[in-house]
Amino acid sequence: MLTLKNLTKRYDTGDLALQNVTLSVPDGQVLALIGPSGAGKSTLIRCVNRLVEPTSGSVKLNNLNLPKLSSRALRRARRKMGMIFQEYALVERLTVMENVLSGRLGYVGFWRSYFRKFPSEDVKEAYRLLDRVGLLDMADKRADELSGGQRQRVGICRALIQNPDLLLVDEPTASLDPKTSRQIMRLINELCQERGLTAIINIHDVLLAQMFSQRIVGLALGEIVYDGHPDGLTPEVLTQIYGEEDWSATIEKVDDSDESEIEE
Amino acid sequence: MGAMMAVLHKETDFVWRRRTTKKQVLIWISWLIGLSIVMFAWNVISEKTIWFFVQDAPRQAADIGSRMIPPKWSYIFELITPIWDTINIATLGTVIAMVIAVPVAFCAARNTSPHTTVRLFALFIIVSSRSVNSLIWALMLVFILGPGVLAGTIAIGLRSIGFCAKLLYESIEEIDETQVEAIRATGAGNLQQMIYGILPQVLPTIAGVGIYRWDINIRESTILGLVGAGGIGLQLNGSINTLAWTQVSTILLVILATVFVSEWVSAKVRGAII
Repeated sequence: MLTLKNLTKRYDTGDLALQNVTLSVPDGQVLALIGPSGAGKSTLIRCVNRLVEPTSGSVKLNNLNLPKLSSRALRRARRKMGMIFQEYALVERLTVMENVLSGRLGYVGFWRSYFRKFPSEDVKEAYRLLDRVGLLDMADKRADELSGGQRQRVGICRALIQNPDLLLVDEPTASLDPKTSRQIMRLINELCQERGLTAIINIHDVLLAQMFSQRIVGLALGEIVYDGHPDGLTPEVLTQIYGEEDWSATIEKVDDSDESEIEE
Repeated sequence: MGAMMAVLHKETDFVWRRRTTKKQVLIWISWLIGLSIVMFAWNVISEKTIWFFVQDAPRQAADIGSRMIPPKWSYIFELITPIWDTINIATLGTVIAMVIAVPVAFCAARNTSPHTTVRLFALFIIVSSRSVNSLIWALMLVFILGPGVLAGTIAIGLRSIGFCAKLLYESIEEIDETQVEAIRATGAGNLQQMIYGILPQVLPTIAGVGIYRWDINIRESTILGLVGAGGIGLQLNGSINTLAWTQVSTILLVILATVFVSEWVSAKVRGAII
């Protein structure tokens, strides 16, 4: 169970990115966070694993208040939170295998990680995950040799090998083409179901959000303006989140593509 | 319709210029000032030059040139040890410099420095190493350590620390921070973030800078012998002083060949890294 209470973030520049955000995500729920650029979506998930330090408020993961943790305890807590990034954020000059195994760094000592002596269970798990996402043959390729979709799969493996309780996903499809975007979102969704993972997925694409999540939270100017079922996204709600626009086409398309996905 | 278009064109008669008039005038004035400085400096140099000698220069050069030909090829055998020393000075000096420069660079880079005080100290090391030429380092070290290869090696090393550390820390500051962020998000410690997030990104620069500096050091170490710090410069100095011009030309050819080979090696290695 992840609970945010009155979470506020003001950057040094004075920008108020989040204002009193209160949200609770039950175990196993896949939540899509939508909203315009600059609404605070990235800041919100980064405040959870403290890549960004929240200004005030609490973030509780299984009754552990994350903003109060010492740096040592924070590292321990981060092991249980996998993160998937917009531009994949793989270490480009390391191999696929090294990138996946880097998800275990929180569990392995310095010298073992320096000499790449990961426990054999970790290596086995890495191979299993690569097989699951269809990249078994790529294990020894360098990350910069891969295509966008393949890189994001490696990113997913790196997050999952942590054996996390919570998945923080930041715009996973923003740099991918529509087909790959769907495949990646479906993969993330399936993996969450398989492992009963809780996930917060930041996403620009309203269609994808509706297709692949159980709950949608709309963020505008750092505040929650919608929290509910994916079907509840009416033109009025979208206007409230994004501003005035003709939304009828967007919502019609949802039905079309939903059907074609099922037929596939 | 046609009439309307014409009217529209007249109303939107846009004029675009690269600079405003004020800026343009300022640029002209700065050019004028710059040119005046150059002409003034030329005047000063001209007053302090004995033009008779300059007029004589082509003849003198031709004279020395003719004395240099043909090179004394048999002298090459006496140059084998000195050129080997020169290469060793350059190589060992570069290795010493890199071993020190890498940690200094990590301390000097804004994003990896442990503390501001440490950063300032590292920057101080870089500046002081860079501000003294290797020939001057060698001059001082010959006094401290006595003449020989050791003084030359340390001189090259001291001079190179600043050069290598500066290029390295600039590259460390330019890394892609999200790769490090991703490693941090897994719960990795600071040193692990360094090894997995930062080091792979700067490794090509470390190798490239080391090779580049080695290439420069081969050339620098050929003159260290002038002040007694070992290497082929000693023979060069001796030959010039005894007016043995055929030996001088042989030495210059050996240096040219060595530099040629070092260029080739560094180009090959750099190609292999990137």
